[in-house]
Amino acid sequence: MSLRSELGRVKGLGSAKQGLGHWRVQRLTAVALVPLALWFVTALMSLIGAPHAAVVAWISQPHITVLMLALVIALFWHLQLGLQTVLEDYVHAPWLQIITQLGVRGFAVLGALAAIVSILKISVGVN
Amino acid sequence: MSRSKPLSPHLQVYRPQLTSMLSITHRASGIFLSAGTVVLLYWLMSAASGAARYAAALDLFRCGLTRVFLVGWTWAFFYHLCNGLRHLGWDAGYGFDLKTVYRTGYAVLAASVVLTGLIWACVLSQLGGAA
Repeated sequence: MSLRSELGRVKGLGSAKQGLGHWRVQRLTAVALVPLALWFVTALMSLIGAPHAAVVAWISQPHITVLMLALVIALFWHLQLGLQTVLEDYVHAPWLQIITQLGVRGFAVLGALAAIVSILKISVGVN
Repeated sequence: MSRSKPLSPHLQVYRPQLTSMLSITHRASGIFLSAGTVVLLYWLMSAASGAARYAAALDLFRCGLTRVFLVGWTWAFFYHLCNGLRHLGWDAGYGFDLKTVYRTGYAVLAASVVLTGLIWACVLSQLGGAA
């Protein structure tokens, strides 16, 4: 018999202490990426081989800047969550688990930052 | 680990099935697409670094080997997208009976190939075919 209350058990959020958080955000970013990624791939079709000025002009439109930022944030977040699960399933040595998880997080954060800075730089027009 | 413990049958014991193959391909395509974000970053960062850098990046995108990888990423993208929708359907509680699982599985495969073909037909027609 457990003396813990139901509420206490739920608030403990399981062994990972984050409950459904990972699962939910993975689905949330997946749902966001369906229209965003489809839009981006379609939009790329009209930018193939286009000169620099055309690409800059396209990205600097405010609504495109916003969509591009939303895309890269959802994308790097989603890939971090996905790769995290793959590593949890297939990497068994604890030290390697920590190193690879840190590596994936580092890549996701730096990648997202690099993309955000590039998009904003193009959009604001520092060039 | 003690060797005398009974082990459950390992992966290689099972005959490959569409369902398990599609499942592992979802993971593999996700890993491959994650690697592909390096190319997205390269594209964005060269565009942010001025016209000369961007022209150099375009040269790289025109190279044959890059193009082979880009076709691979296009297919991985559409596969992961379509199969991801299949997963979201399951999360919502739909499509679990065996017949539907197989039907949607084949549909995902077909859709990923058709969409990849469509995109590249569009790309090649824009570049004037020969490029």
